[in-house]
Amino acid sequence: MASIPVPDISLGAIAPEITLALTAVVALMLEVFAEKKGRDHIAYISLVGVIVACFITFRLAGDPSWTTFSGLYVVDRFGQFFKLICLLGTGMTILVSVKYNKDEGIDNGEYYALLLFATSGMLFMVSGSDMITIFMGLEVMSISLYALAGYTRKRARSNEASVKYFILGSLSTAFLLYGIALIYGSTGSTQIDIIAKAVSSGSGVEAVLDLGIVMLMIGFAFKVSAVPFHMWTPDVYQGAPTPVTAFMSAGPKAAAFAAFFRVFNVAFPSLQADWWVIIWILAVATMTVGNVIALLQNDVKRMLAYSSIAHAGYILVGFVAGGALGSSAIMYYMLVYTFMNIGAFAIVTVVGRKGEEKTKFSDFTGLGYRYPLMAVALVIFLFSLAGIPPTAGFVGKFYIFMAALKHGYVYLAVIGVVNSVISIFYYLRLSVMMYMQDEPGEDLPPLVFAPSLIAVMIVAIYGSLWLGIMPAGYISFAQSAFLAL
Amino acid sequence: MELLIFYMFAIVSVAFAIFMIVARKPVSSAISLIGVMFCLAVFYVLLNAHLIAALQILVYAGAIMVLFLFVIMLLNLREKQGAISYHRTALQLAGVAVFCALLVPFMSMVTIPGTSGGAGVSADFGTTAGVGKLLYTDFLLPFEIASILLLAALVGAVALTKLKMK
Repeated sequence: MASIPVPDISLGAIAPEITLALTAVVALMLEVFAEKKGRDHIAYISLVGVIVACFITFRLAGDPSWTTFSGLYVVDRFGQFFKLICLLGTGMTILVSVKYNKDEGIDNGEYYALLLFATSGMLFMVSGSDMITIFMGLEVMSISLYALAGYTRKRARSNEASVKYFILGSLSTAFLLYGIALIYGSTGSTQIDIIAKAVSSGSGVEAVLDLGIVMLMIGFAFKVSAVPFHMWTPDVYQGAPTPVTAFMSAGPKAAAFAAFFRVFNVAFPSLQADWWVIIWILAVATMTVGNVIALLQNDVKRMLAYSSIAHAGYILVGFVAGGALGSSAIMYYMLVYTFMNIGAFAIVTVVGRKGEEKTKFSDFTGLGYRYPLMAVALVIFLFSLAGIPPTAGFVGKFYIFMAALKHGYVYLAVIGVVNSVISIFYYLRLSVMMYMQDEPGEDLPPLVFAPSLIAVMIVAIYGSLWLGIMPAGYISFAQSAFLAL
Repeated sequence: MELLIFYMFAIVSVAFAIFMIVARKPVSSAISLIGVMFCLAVFYVLLNAHLIAALQILVYAGAIMVLFLFVIMLLNLREKQGAISYHRTALQLAGVAVFCALLVPFMSMVTIPGTSGGAGVSADFGTTAGVGKLLYTDFLLPFEIASILLLAALVGAVALTKLKMK
């Protein structure tokens, strides 16, 4: 029998993913074998796993880009940057979850295992240089998220969220997979740099290729919840347990954008003249619909869901702009968004109190006087989401719109700015409710601030302010990350 | 010979597919879907994709269809009451016809000269050994990610159904 040549395999390249998967297995084992009281240690061990993965990713980031696993996996600064964003989101989510899960009675090892599995899927997706790697990573991430969305099983809304997310998610996955199959059929490869060669030399079958690209775009647009593929977002965000919502809005979105960006800018740069129009339309629709519907919401989680749709629109603006400027703006924005959004959701879990979720706007009235520090924190996050200086959200938006202007997309930038003005209204409305209205008369138990939640808020405030005041270092890191792509 | 087998099974599979849609009993629908799956497996064999043919029968005709039948029996679905509305069937058939009409120009666009004979495909393409070799060398990483995927799915399924929550 002929010997089989062994391809180059570098386990060091996927060490962060391996760390996360192993930590997840350890969390599962601890759930079974450790005694039942004091389950917090599972959360903290998961956090240690995430931090270790962060360090390994950071150490890998210095190298010039190289591929391994026969070109299916690439280690480059672009990927490492997004990996750090994903890991940051997961770490913060774990801290948000500790107290919430105890209150809800869902403090199992399985919860943290699923979070870590989802994160390892995201990392694979971000670094995949082959459609199959990207797809497998996406599936690991999505399957874990479907389960996490329905994790508070007793709550009907949570079940609804899980089922809706599962059915619509499977449909979008089918689109994505069909797109990949069509592109493979046209170009003869799933590896994105080989696809790029086939596309630019024109050896592919054009009709099939175009259809494949459109399908691929639909699949990704669903994952980043761009309008008109956003229908699932509000229901899922509202129904899922709040820490899971926080998680979904940051890491998976960053990972999906990273894969989206990598595939379209590495595999199809020669067709950019064709696809930017579609993304332009997606960006405008996503910003406008997200912001306008957010105006009408009376539930904070739902409002944040629509705001996250709107933010996906801003990021698509950076996508249209493209180039070093656009991509580093996207990366910076995703980083900032992770800080401010998870911070806002952390406060929603605090206000939600034990056992029930108080997420109506009216539940936030008068908080400014009873809990001044927390109210200030929430105001910082909301201002940052709205893009008011000196917060990081302002700098992020500034870079994105500047990139659009520099590349000549003036209308897009103008629409974006108009949209951020609209968005200020609903972010301010929540702030106004906290300060300018009296608390409802009923006696509510005092809010409980667990140490882990305070830690998250401090990290989030640091991110939302420091990145706004001193953005230069992060921006140049993001720019150097793009050059390696 | 190959062509003869293809046409035979093509006709049978289309017949099964039509019967699946118009059958009154859900169980007959499911059984005819199994028939479609088997015919598809034959096509895979004709295309020299032996492994996929075997998987088609094992996974689709076997596992997934058993699941379908179980669900039908668990839900205790009865025969649809009343006659099938022929309006709707006509509408569906019209839809199919439009789709086919759209497909024809598309197919003429994608016919690539010189590739119809399977040129450029290695000798062990589609065989179990060939696929296995690829899975353990070039596609090792996705193969390994699949193990994480299965574990995550397993944990998720148990967490959503069996876990004791306080």
